[in-house]
Amino acid sequence: MDELFGIPLPLLFGQLLLGLINGAFYAMLSLGLAVIFGLLNVINFTHGAQFMMGAFAAWMLLNWFGVNYWFALILVPIIIGATGIVLEKLMISRLYKLDHLYGLLLTFGIGLVIEGVFRNEFGSSGLPYRIPPELSGAWDLGFMFMPVYRGWVVVFAAAVCLATWLVIEKTSLGANLRAATENPALVQAFGINVPRMVTLTYGAGVALAALGGVLAAPIYSVNPQMGSNLIIVVFAVVVIGGMGSILGSVITGFGLGIVEGLTKVFYPEASATVIFVIMIIVLLARPAGLFGRTA
Amino acid sequence: MASETTATGIVAIPEPTSDGSLWGFSRPQRIAFIVLLVFLGVAPFAGLYPVFLMKLLCFGLFACAFNLLIGYVGLLSFGHAAYFGMGGYIAGHTAKVMGVPPELAIILGGVVGAALGAVFGWVAIRRQGIYFAMITLALSQLVYFVCVQAPFTGGEDGIQAIPRGKLFGIIDLSPDLSMYWVVATVFVIGFLLVHRIVHSPFGMVMKAIKENEPRATSLGYRTDDYKLLAFILSAGLAGVAGATKSLVFGIATLTDVHWSMSGEVVLMTLVGGLGTVFGPLVGAAVIVTMQNYLAEWGAWVTVIQGGIFVACVLAFRRGIVGEIGALLRVKL
Repeated sequence: MDELFGIPLPLLFGQLLLGLINGAFYAMLSLGLAVIFGLLNVINFTHGAQFMMGAFAAWMLLNWFGVNYWFALILVPIIIGATGIVLEKLMISRLYKLDHLYGLLLTFGIGLVIEGVFRNEFGSSGLPYRIPPELSGAWDLGFMFMPVYRGWVVVFAAAVCLATWLVIEKTSLGANLRAATENPALVQAFGINVPRMVTLTYGAGVALAALGGVLAAPIYSVNPQMGSNLIIVVFAVVVIGGMGSILGSVITGFGLGIVEGLTKVFYPEASATVIFVIMIIVLLARPAGLFGRTA
Repeated sequence: MASETTATGIVAIPEPTSDGSLWGFSRPQRIAFIVLLVFLGVAPFAGLYPVFLMKLLCFGLFACAFNLLIGYVGLLSFGHAAYFGMGGYIAGHTAKVMGVPPELAIILGGVVGAALGAVFGWVAIRRQGIYFAMITLALSQLVYFVCVQAPFTGGEDGIQAIPRGKLFGIIDLSPDLSMYWVVATVFVIGFLLVHRIVHSPFGMVMKAIKENEPRATSLGYRTDDYKLLAFILSAGLAGVAGATKSLVFGIATLTDVHWSMSGEVVLMTLVGGLGTVFGPLVGAAVIVTMQNYLAEWGAWVTVIQGGIFVACVLAFRRGIVGEIGALLRVKL
């Protein structure tokens, strides 16, 4: 039994693992988008650039300051999250009274600026970020070799998603957040500082993207375009899942990663497009998305 | 007509229609249009390169097509590069491989753009606002990946050495000036078509949908049908613009279907002024000129474009033409 439908099992499991890893990034990024959208009503087009900034921040910390991966995992989300807070205070907060589309255009412009600056500074070719020694090597699982770092990414990303879900669904902070999503004016009337909550939420969403960037740095080469290519797929993931449910966007993210991995095995030509095709099918069958409420 | 005017009661500022104006052009717009025609006639002899002017007009038409959606129906399509680029590929392929004359190649580019727009529009109008933008962006990325792989697009190389051909089989278009008159004519026809659509009873319903969709629905309009038709018209015109551009430059490449092109057309329209008649052309002129002068700056062009985006959204939402119009108290 080392073949399934004529596909060698190591190949199948290898692609499944790659799919899970992509899915982990889809899940983390769409989670951040959903959290931000829930409270700000802004689709954060800068999300891809902030993911890329996370990877670069980890690279800079290591190469310029000698800060290792484990500290980067903590420091980078804080640093990039702080830049997000500044961004929200200075620019995004001015647009809440306007049509939501302006938020999209503004964050798109900011993303262009960030990507352009990094391209000038670092060029378009990728920079290597080596896997931390504690996580290098591979496990022999009997049916395949599993690089330790890849297993770590999947487990860690799943844990982060779960933690985010717990904070939003099970804590009083999360309860305030959900209430402010439903009716900000009423929550403000209860004496909760909603504008500050909005700012911190944006920072947290950005921090999630940056954390994803740190995780991605040793797997993908660190380059200025790494975010923009990913973010469009994540938009499709968000449309498929619907942004109404936190758990929904996590499940959709991982699920679509796996589907993409399987497509690479069975019909490689379609692997770049399969998520978009699924988006079309979902829109035709269930326009609100798999986990969405009708808009 | 009477029933249509009732429907437009939703629109905040009703258009002046009874002053005997031609095709809904108000007096200042008529003057601006005449200035535009004179400019188009004189420009190639006044030291401006025809190729530069043609590029400007192709992007101007593209931006006008995009403006039809965002400015008058309120739909932000973030994937218009798909129709623009596909129009270019179709025109390039038919003109080069099948030897189709240029006028037919341009029309075919428009037809295919419209057909693609019909399918994508039908999918995308199921959601509104931000979702609509994300869906159109994702669909255009689908087109991009198909173009990377499909045999007829030439993948990374694109279609090169596309012949301009002979117009109606008689007039050779290889001299830049001959091609310029064709492009200028295509632009003026497209421009007038957009204006005619906007000022038709159909256009009035479009604006009603933009102002207040539930109310338009309650007045008995099937708003989805109107949105879809507007989307098809816009995609078709974008296809015409892309087809013309590929004939002008003799190449059709992945650049024109990439998402950054979708961003560029949004920027052009935003800079010129969303929902203005002349804004898209002015915005296209500004951005194309800027790209020409800053070409050697490499990635800084992206930074500057992003900066203009931010500045427009934060401080300058009416755009150049919108601001001028507000200053002169006229609609341009």
